Amino acid sequence: MKTALKRYRVLLLMLFFFGCQPASEESGTMPSPKPDSSLELSYFTWSDYVDQELLNGFEKKTGISIIVGTFSSNEELLAKVQSGVVGYDVIAPSDYMATLMARQGLLATLDLSRIPNVQHVIDSLKHLPFDPHNQFVIPYLWGTVGIGYDSTIIQTPPTSWEILWDPQYKGKISMLNDQREVFGVALRTMGYSLNATASALIEQAKQKLILQKSLVKAYTSESFDQMLIAGDVVLAHGWGGPIARAMREKPSIQYVVPQEGGTIWTDCLAVLQSSPHKELAMTFINYLLDVDVATATSNRLLFASANQMVKERVKAEVRENSAVYPSEATVQRMEWMTDPGEAIRDYDRAWTELKVH
Amino acid sequence: MSQPLTKSSTIPPKRSVSKSSFSLWLSWPLVPALVMFIVFFVIPLVMMLGISFASRDTYGRIAWLWTLSNYERVFDPLYWTLYMRSAVLSVLTTGCCLVLGFPLAYAIARAPAHFQRVLLVLVMIPFWTSFLVRTYAWIFILRTEGLFNTILIKWGILTQPLEILYTNSAVLLGLVYGYLPFMVLPLYVVIERISPVLEEAAYDLYAGKWMMFRRIILPLAKPGIIGGCLLVFVPSLGAFITPYLLGGGKTMMLGTLIQHEFLVIRDWPFGSALSFILMAIVLVVLAGLVKRTSGIAPVA
Repeated sequence: MKTALKRYRVLLLMLFFFGCQPASEESGTMPSPKPDSSLELSYFTWSDYVDQELLNGFEKKTGISIIVGTFSSNEELLAKVQSGVVGYDVIAPSDYMATLMARQGLLATLDLSRIPNVQHVIDSLKHLPFDPHNQFVIPYLWGTVGIGYDSTIIQTPPTSWEILWDPQYKGKISMLNDQREVFGVALRTMGYSLNATASALIEQAKQKLILQKSLVKAYTSESFDQMLIAGDVVLAHGWGGPIARAMREKPSIQYVVPQEGGTIWTDCLAVLQSSPHKELAMTFINYLLDVDVATATSNRLLFASANQMVKERVKAEVRENSAVYPSEATVQRMEWMTDPGEAIRDYDRAWTELKVH
Repeated sequence: MSQPLTKSSTIPPKRSVSKSSFSLWLSWPLVPALVMFIVFFVIPLVMMLGISFASRDTYGRIAWLWTLSNYERVFDPLYWTLYMRSAVLSVLTTGCCLVLGFPLAYAIARAPAHFQRVLLVLVMIPFWTSFLVRTYAWIFILRTEGLFNTILIKWGILTQPLEILYTNSAVLLGLVYGYLPFMVLPLYVVIERISPVLEEAAYDLYAGKWMMFRRIILPLAKPGIIGGCLLVFVPSLGAFITPYLLGGGKTMMLGTLIQHEFLVIRDWPFGSALSFILMAIVLVVLAGLVKRTSGIAPVA
């Protein structure tokens, strides 16, 4: 019957909609692990860190092709590794995440004789408290967290994080969507370590952040650079790299690390304990740290390389950009983020309270 | 139109039908679907149920120490404000979709046959692009110097840009936009089968437009309204992408909270407990609606 057919057709249409509906909610992509091919290495890294040309260079040199997967946060990386997804060989965790992963026995011990380029790694990055002998990780790219601002509107460079509490810029401020970074800012303005674990301090920081919330346009870790360019915000709390990239599109954007100091971070290279190609993986790490490769990386991605010979070789505009290569004086007032242990529950609760306020 | 069947007349045929449908149910063409269902739905769900009674260790791994504390935490007043917000937003989304979707569905159902097909395809076209991409498109439309503000300022309707992006209004807009087709389609199906003759008969009996709508169209379209409301309410309650991208991370909804617990805090047990609470709410809503509509016979 005609109506029956019609009903059927619409049902089919609806099934079609449901089939299309679940858009990928994951921000990252996973490399498809192929256990048997010894000529492939899978590299799980930040979405900012992929430069196909450099990876092709490795293939040309060694015949080993690199399959890249990307993630957008350390927690996403850990969640995927912890969930038992195997097949990654080389990963790029940040400092505190590297600590966590090493403590859980997820990282393979490195054979430094296969990574001779480790000798070029900047000393202050090499002897990180959590891995002083580069047993598990090699620093790769590093940088700071600061304020990106539009100098046409804010003519005098901000000196304090307190500018993010200035009602004059209501609705023109963005903060990272990252509980530790956001609480870190509040804690530093109050004169505390950004790694505070006392619940009273976390509570105090929360009160301060609640005062700020009505001024904040968005908490975002992905699009603050775009928002600065588009003029949606004039002050953005964020990582130097994306802000340096925003400067290329809008030269009036500037970067500053306030006097109170903030987070310094380094993303490291490590081999997973579950990797079937550990030796190849170490060869790849050595390749990424090679002075020419690292120089090209720094020039293209606008992040500071951990290889000390790179700074003098990069383009002058990159070297002189404080969003990429912070000055020695700036580095002195920065602080490494450490895992808060059980205090993460206090942070989490305070963060949720801030969000629902 | 068939009258609602009485209980005594439904039971005997139902039994014989269920017997034959049971043997059909066991037949081999269903095996692949059944295997899929068990492997990708039942097993993960049981695993999650197990995890929801475990605890999180200091490193964010799952520690198999059985506890009810995750469910206790779910009832923390802090999270209740969050659930209420999600519920209010979902109800608003459903309401807006109904108000916008009903006239649209009616217009499509009453359009000439060849035109109907074109209109249905138009409703469907957005699904040819990823939901994520379409949500990003809203960012470009709504931002301070975006399409919306630029045009309205150019036309002199606005003097100052409207700050819509990263507010609850933007989330509502995004949800209504995303789920409107799910309201339109079930409504279209039922309205299309309401004979225009009934409308004429109502007018002949001196019913006004409103009276006709209230007494004829509305009761007959009820199954479609309920179906559409469910299809909009349920996914918007757990929506993740829209509040995340259009809300600017300023508020947390149930969906973003679950994602946060799984991927940021790495508290899988609490995240699982939250997911089960979400499922429980959906089940209660479903059960309530099924109970209310059980008296309505399917429109044949």
